[in-house]
Amino acid sequence: MTQSRTLTQKDRGRINDRAFWLLCVTAGVAVLGILAAILVSTIQQSWPALSNAGANGFFTSTGWDPNVGKYGILAFMFGTVVVSLIAVLFAVPVSIGIALFLTELAHRRVKAVVVTLIDLLASVPSVVFGLWGLYVFSSWTKPLYEWLHDTLGGIPVIGALFGSVTGLNFMTAGLILAVMIIPIITSITREVFDTVPAADKQAAWALGATKWEMIRGAVLPHSFGGIVGAVMLGLGRAMGETVAVALVIGAAIQVTPNLFAPGYTIPAAIVNLFGESSGEFTAALIGMGVVLFVLTIAINLLAQVVVRRAEIRMKGAVA
Amino acid sequence: MNRNVLSRRGVAGIALAAAAAIALAGCGTDTPSNTPTSGAASGLATLSGEIKASGASFPSAFYQEVIAEAKTLAPNLKITYNSVGSGTGKKEFASGLNDFAGTDSLVKDTEVDKTKLPFFYIPTVAAPITVSYNLKGVDKLQLSADTIAKIFQRDIKTWNDPAIAADNPGVTLPATAITVAHRSDASGTTSNFTKYLVAASPAWKLGSGDTVPWPADTIGGPQNTGVATAIKQTDGTIGYVDLSDAKSSGLAFAAIKNKNGKYVLPSLEGTTAALAGAEVKEDLTYNPLNAAGDASYPIAAPTFILVKQKYDDPAKAKLVKEFIKYLLTDGSALAKEVDFAPLPDSLKAKALAQLDKIS
Repeated sequence: MTQSRTLTQKDRGRINDRAFWLLCVTAGVAVLGILAAILVSTIQQSWPALSNAGANGFFTSTGWDPNVGKYGILAFMFGTVVVSLIAVLFAVPVSIGIALFLTELAHRRVKAVVVTLIDLLASVPSVVFGLWGLYVFSSWTKPLYEWLHDTLGGIPVIGALFGSVTGLNFMTAGLILAVMIIPIITSITREVFDTVPAADKQAAWALGATKWEMIRGAVLPHSFGGIVGAVMLGLGRAMGETVAVALVIGAAIQVTPNLFAPGYTIPAAIVNLFGESSGEFTAALIGMGVVLFVLTIAINLLAQVVVRRAEIRMKGAVA
Repeated sequence: MNRNVLSRRGVAGIALAAAAAIALAGCGTDTPSNTPTSGAASGLATLSGEIKASGASFPSAFYQEVIAEAKTLAPNLKITYNSVGSGTGKKEFASGLNDFAGTDSLVKDTEVDKTKLPFFYIPTVAAPITVSYNLKGVDKLQLSADTIAKIFQRDIKTWNDPAIAADNPGVTLPATAITVAHRSDASGTTSNFTKYLVAASPAWKLGSGDTVPWPADTIGGPQNTGVATAIKQTDGTIGYVDLSDAKSSGLAFAAIKNKNGKYVLPSLEGTTAALAGAEVKEDLTYNPLNAAGDASYPIAAPTFILVKQKYDDPAKAKLVKEFIKYLLTDGSALAKEVDFAPLPDSLKAKALAQLDKIS
């Protein structure tokens, strides 16, 4: 009797276990399934453009004129990369600074206020950033750009980055994106810094480390993987950002070192041009979407490799 | 355009009152085109049902105005117009997702299969496209088509260029650098502006279309308001903006030399004059760009509604017919308030006749 009862309980437990397992597997597979479905249908719809990619120079040409059937997306890829890099370059030091301030330096009350403010920044819709960039920020930054152009523009090689100034450009778009991804990177790095074992920190103190030495020796190495992850998440957001960039990028199809020149990004082009496109033009725009998709996946994989290598190296050092 | 729609809500009350007054005046002597209207209005009032439409964003401000007005006359009639862009509107029309589509561009065979889905073009309104500029010390500017072409393809880079001076005798032009602003989104406004340059200037080399390969040292702004903002922000900037946005942004605009050699400022009257001078084709498509006539303003954007020649549901056919009839007749009184030029009487009569063929 007792024997059989415990058996039924065990059985029930096993059934519950299996159900839970099934649920989790379904959810996991669904994610992969959705990704695959997106990839398949976008490739299918962009096939008219992708199938003669070689002949048309889809990936290698900057010639873009839908009226005569020229679809070279190199300038769009270039713009996407440049704008995202500017965003990450400005956002990462600021975000890490904020996160360190919050975890290591700030008073508890100050911390609560700042965290709320940053979370608020994360919840501002991107179109608001875009409009602010277009109407306010671009007028503020123009004199600064002109000053940079006047002072740095003459230097050989580096001077090419600071060419003649137009109101809407790579730099403005990149800076707007930086503001948008700061909350994401900050909140993740802050969480990561919080997980640094107190023992590590105290060990650093005990050895007579200053605050900075403690951060450099105990906090940063322990958090490296998490920081890279946060940066990649921010980079992904920056690369895919659509409306805000479309409003401030200036829509010029060109590959130029000049950061103060107008450019174009893949998401901005899709949102600007899709409504009035048809036929092969539509296919080319969807093809751009596929390229962006692949680019994002590639960057994520790269990030994983970087994190794994760093962790191996660090563990070696610890041991 | 978006701002138009928003601000429209504010003025809707006033507009409704004004339009109602005009409707009550009925067959008054104010305009000859009001004559057939009272019939259309009463036809609308008894209708009930739903019309779904989508398409061009350019005439959207006007259509929304008419829809709001129609709603007060026929409370049981539910009409929606989504301004999703001409291209998307046509796609939705081809796959039967809307009852009619608004479009600024003509339909290509690849977009809608005429043999499977026969349709009519119904012209509705037109609007002038201004060449707006921001140049300190110059409040009056005249431009010929060749000069505009050279400015927008960057052959001319400073304001005191001899070509601009030749168009403006007696005006002192500064040596300011020219910045060119254009639309960053694919747009019927770009299409019509560039088509005008193709028609009027042999110097123009960039072709025409919803987007054209602009030189890299020009800047693109989103929508009409984006271009207007770019113009306002920098001294020496020139761009093309539709009249209602140019006015609401307080921009200065140039008088354009028309086919008859006269410099004409953009206005609704000048646009209607251009429409009257344009040659109308069998299917009621027409091209008002670079039209003849002393008073014609040469850069105007026409817009059309696509309707099916035969609707599966006769009740739907009647709804669509009555609503568009209303839009062309009573509704045209609202057009001027939102800076659209109504059709001249001859073209309006043709459009109404076309509408009657729907079954």
